[in-house]
Amino acid sequence: MIRPRRTRLLRPPGFDELGLRRAISDRMLPFLVAAMGFLAALALSGWVGAAALASSWQAGAASALTVQVPQPTDPAAPGGTRVARVLATLRATPYVADAHPLSETELAQLLRPWLGAAANGPAIPLPAVIAVRLADSSADIDALARQLDALAPGTMTEQHAGWMRRLGVLARSLQACAGLILLLVASVAVTVVMVATRAGLAARREAIEIVHGLGATDGYIAGRFAVRATLLAVVGGGLGALAALPVLLTLANLATPLSGADPRASLPADFLTALPARLWLALPGLPLAAAAIGCMTAQVTVRRWLRRLP
Amino acid sequence: MVRLEAVGLRYDRPGDRPRPGTPRSGTQVLHSLSFELPGGAFRWLLGASGAGKTSLLRLLYLAVRPTSGLLSILDTEVTTARRHVLPQLRRRIGVVFQDFRLLPHLSAYDNVALPLRITGRPEGQIRADVSEMLRWVGLAGQFDAPPAALSGGEQQRVAIARAVIARPSLLLADEPTGNLDDSQAERLMHLFKELNRLGTTVVVATHNEPLVARHPAPVLRLEHGRLVKADLAW
Repeated sequence: MIRPRRTRLLRPPGFDELGLRRAISDRMLPFLVAAMGFLAALALSGWVGAAALASSWQAGAASALTVQVPQPTDPAAPGGTRVARVLATLRATPYVADAHPLSETELAQLLRPWLGAAANGPAIPLPAVIAVRLADSSADIDALARQLDALAPGTMTEQHAGWMRRLGVLARSLQACAGLILLLVASVAVTVVMVATRAGLAARREAIEIVHGLGATDGYIAGRFAVRATLLAVVGGGLGALAALPVLLTLANLATPLSGADPRASLPADFLTALPARLWLALPGLPLAAAAIGCMTAQVTVRRWLRRLP
Repeated sequence: MVRLEAVGLRYDRPGDRPRPGTPRSGTQVLHSLSFELPGGAFRWLLGASGAGKTSLLRLLYLAVRPTSGLLSILDTEVTTARRHVLPQLRRRIGVVFQDFRLLPHLSAYDNVALPLRITGRPEGQIRADVSEMLRWVGLAGQFDAPPAALSGGEQQRVAIARAVIARPSLLLADEPTGNLDDSQAERLMHLFKELNRLGTTVVVATHNEPLVARHPAPVLRLEHGRLVKADLAW
């Protein structure tokens, strides 16, 4: 029976001369690439999260200072309360841009994670805490600390810059780890595609030799494999990214209090703002990256294999 | 057209990867073959099994390159040609294999269309050419049949259609009448002769002596990998 054929000007879509649809399974490769995509999405969110934490911690931290004055209401030597004296001295210091004593409510909020409701009316005496912003972060803080301690003995001056630097190093290390994981995941994905392509080459050796004998170029044969590998990788990468989405949203929801937002905000209402914009941009990049890896790896693997044919 | 000068062929032992410049190990299957086929020639390639007929054909359809000597096909020096030149050359060579070598997952139509699709011919033109060719070899009703659904003779005809669809300059056939009855074999010989008359150089390897007797033409006879007869006086 002659099947009526449509007039087609290009090669028919889905013309699978090498039989790759069966040789490179549409189960195993997308599943493995999806697993890689899932891990890559987690690593990406780690990267973005660490970067966000580092930048929010570092904003102004270098020029910040905390001064704790124990027994703040006790009288000081030159007159007035201890905290008032310290505050006056701070405000008179030329390189102090701003000195702001935390109110009891602010202090209670700061302590709530540790003390709970008891933070509102604690039975233990609390020091006064003064948040200081420096106009010049290179100023000699030790001299200021000695001066304040002489004024109100027991006063502690703590510069944020030191431990901020350590937090910065930590955040950068986290970012480096995330980058390393991304690299590792990408190289595993390359290996997975390579193994699948080699299996396809072994399974279709005869068909490849026939097509090669009919005058197909290396580019033609590698292209057939690349199309198949790209398709499966893009599906896998997409599935992996989709599977990671609920996990990322949950993590973002858990991390919300740390970034200062209201933790009680409902999830669906701020679905789009739940993840950083950079992550929203990076997630669709996963199937694209998977596609690129699939395409390039298949091309290189097949072309190298074909060199054994004359 | 086709020129061999002291061409030798040695197959590597499986797993052997000789370093360039070192002599190859393995079996020498062809020894110092020298002959020339002018354009439009017709040659029978005769010899006992294992004499090297298939190896010589493999050289001619560029499945292997000679390990010694000079081989020139369609005016291209194969021995020294860059690898990327060979696909263009292969497209001008049609081959009918003893075991057909059809792609089992493709229909008869798609098998015959394959050489044209590889060259990127427009699909409309392919449709006209392939339909006509399949009708010509008597497979008008079998366009969609996969090779497994065809008889040996029908598969053979698909293989022949695939070999000649791109109007090759050089046509090589390895035991093409092996699966055909006498009338089909005669029909095939008429096709080969017709193509030859139109200018295609044809080399047919066969054991079928009666067929050779019925269609006298110059003979290349191989024995133990050596050319013992290359008579041109017919």
